[in-house]
Amino acid sequence: MARPFTPKIVTANALLEGDVIYLSPQDTWVRDLCDAALFSQQDQAEERLAFASKDGFVVGAYLVDAVAGENGPEPVHFREDFRRTGPSNHNHGKQAEL
Amino acid sequence: MSVIVQDGGFIADDFIGEWLDLTSDTDPATLKQYAGSAAIRIDFPAFSDGRGFTLAKILRLSGFTGRLRANGHVIADQYAMARRSGFDEVSISDELATRQPQEQWLARADWQAHDYQARVRRPATAS
Amino acid sequence: MYTYNDFDEAFVRERVAQFSGQVARRIDGSLTEEEFRPLRLMNGLYLQLHAYMLRVAIPYGTINPDQMDQLALIAEKFDKGYGHFTTRQNIQYNWPKLPDVPAILEALADVGMHAIQTSGNTIRNVTADHFAGAAADEAYDPRPVAELIRQWSTDHPEFQFLPRKFKVAVTGASHDRAVVRAHDIGVVLKEQNGVKGAEVIVGGGLGRTPMVGKTLNEFVPFADLLPYIEATVSVWNLLGRRDNKYKARIKITVHEHGIDDIRARVEERFTQIKPTFGGIDMEMLAQIEQHFVAPIFANKPVDAYTRAYENDPVFRAWADTNLAAHKNEDYSIVTISLKKPGATPGDASADQMRSMAQLARDYGHDELRISHEQNVILPHVHKSNLPALHAVLKGNDLATANAGLISDIIACPGMDYCALATARSIPVAQGIATRFDELKLEHEIGQLKIKISGCINACGHHHVGHIGILGLDRAGVENYQITLGGDGTETTVIGDRTGPGFAYDEIIPAIERLVHAYLNARLDAEETFLQAYRRLGMAPFKEALYPPKEEKANAA
Repeated sequence: MARPFTPKIVTANALLEGDVIYLSPQDTWVRDLCDAALFSQQDQAEERLAFASKDGFVVGAYLVDAVAGENGPEPVHFREDFRRTGPSNHNHGKQAEL
Repeated sequence: MSVIVQDGGFIADDFIGEWLDLTSDTDPATLKQYAGSAAIRIDFPAFSDGRGFTLAKILRLSGFTGRLRANGHVIADQYAMARRSGFDEVSISDELATRQPQEQWLARADWQAHDYQARVRRPATAS
Repeated sequence: MYTYNDFDEAFVRERVAQFSGQVARRIDGSLTEEEFRPLRLMNGLYLQLHAYMLRVAIPYGTINPDQMDQLALIAEKFDKGYGHFTTRQNIQYNWPKLPDVPAILEALADVGMHAIQTSGNTIRNVTADHFAGAAADEAYDPRPVAELIRQWSTDHPEFQFLPRKFKVAVTGASHDRAVVRAHDIGVVLKEQNGVKGAEVIVGGGLGRTPMVGKTLNEFVPFADLLPYIEATVSVWNLLGRRDNKYKARIKITVHEHGIDDIRARVEERFTQIKPTFGGIDMEMLAQIEQHFVAPIFANKPVDAYTRAYENDPVFRAWADTNLAAHKNEDYSIVTISLKKPGATPGDASADQMRSMAQLARDYGHDELRISHEQNVILPHVHKSNLPALHAVLKGNDLATANAGLISDIIACPGMDYCALATARSIPVAQGIATRFDELKLEHEIGQLKIKISGCINACGHHHVGHIGILGLDRAGVENYQITLGGDGTETTVIGDRTGPGFAYDEIIPAIERLVHAYLNARLDAEETFLQAYRRLGMAPFKEALYPPKEEKANAA
């Protein structure tokens, strides 16, 4: 039996800057995970991924698990936690821009 | 429909006759028997499948002197590789020809320039 | 060292122009991302976790001071002020933006450098012994052959879309410092009946299925070397598996078909290919050799060195670990450690790059090397200059005396940067180095190579670490497996897995237990970790790693 669907966000990297981006509820690309749209329905998530993948200015869009937090979506897996912050050895990436 | 690319740019298909079609997984040990053929087309199912380049090279080394066409998903950036490996021309889909128009292919028509391979294979100077 | 001729220069400029066009065509939609991806990879440009990453080739690890200065300039102008030296003798920039990459490549071309074939399913940057041309145990300088292979493999029309990547390493010394038996092709230079040539080893590699390379041909004379290597790659291009990327490397092809079958196919292909080489390659090799003649060594006293060695314990500690024997006994090979405890292995700031470049000018006959162990080498330093050199290193945070010791760790970028990684490597390396620095045990422990990879692809060479650490994702949590007894030298051995892995916060204590077990079990201070492991086997180390349950309960 297929596993029940868990809420997802759409994420990718920007073509020009290369940084991590997320699809927002307004179908724009945002830099902060907390501004991303969280899709609780599978159909809707897949449909927004298909839409997002057509954008020539993003690379490698995919769906990934997230949970609703106080300030918007939060990552489930540690990989996504690193993607929303930056490397642990230098204060570079998103964590440096906050 | 398809578009034929040669050094001069896009041309309509002017070949009349029978192609011998080879897939990219052709066993190289079988190539010798085709050396006398008039025209061979090697399929490129995906541009990332580089077997066709080596098949072309082996065909030429086996004595094949007929027309040799790379057929399928070959991108403009691979034109020089195709020519250097022994192909005479490339055949691409209309969709690809629209997305990568003639000037992008002509940009690689200088495939004889800047060629390390040609350079390391030159004859030894008299000694 | 090698300097570009007009052909090389024009080629690299042309490639920059082509890539600039490809970037523009990606942005305007002529190229899909699927089509652009292999093209950018062919030019060293990856898209990683947080940003693009540009991998710049340092062919066979050899670089001059002006090139090093340019790497520093690029780090400052287009990146975040630093670069990362890798296990393949390359340098990586972690933060370039796509529209800037053509300008970076142009800046590299200005000093005779490029990023060509540092990625993608092609013949990668050729690596070599980082002590080449200097080591006391060297019989033949590998760099001229490596340069010839670089030229032959660059833009090779048949080999830009191979089943998978293809790595070639060359050595000419009795001690293998280039890990040639863990490469797709390893070339070991030798002589037979007065003819120069090489043993060709094939099918080594780490990654998911680690294998030690096998001898494909005991002796290939130089005149046949390029056609022989070409025949090997040609056979594999058609025979290698394209249905599964984990089975595509030549090591699997050799494993599935057997070395004898591969050898027969190569020999047959060789007879077809050999006549297409006209013979100029041997003249080119002779010309290339002229670029690698040894510098004119100074003949002067080494008293300054002896005095410093006797009177300055800090200098002595550094000299004992970071100097290697040079073929000229008044000279030393200097390893500049990029492994200060707590720092990221292999990272150098722009200022550090400039200071190393200047040291090479002042004391090093204008030569630097990048080692696969992620350090920088000054291959030719007169011993009398070592105290002055050491003083400059100290002032630039580059005087860490740990070459070959437990804190001289190889670590891949891991999940701090790499899109393929399954766990982090860098913080584990930082943690181990910091811990043993606190314990002040490092010199007591002696020679011990720890190598850490953040995924199964093994860029951190963990299989050939005396202690190897592999970071995995176990049910959404970082988990680290340990292997023991690996060896990346002329006696290459793949390490043995100890058992279940350790969580992120358990891995450093686990390494500490391992090392204590070694210190307790060794015969004397002369017996290295690797020797002790070979003598004792896994048991005492396993016991230290996985203490019996009740002890754990008591401790808790």
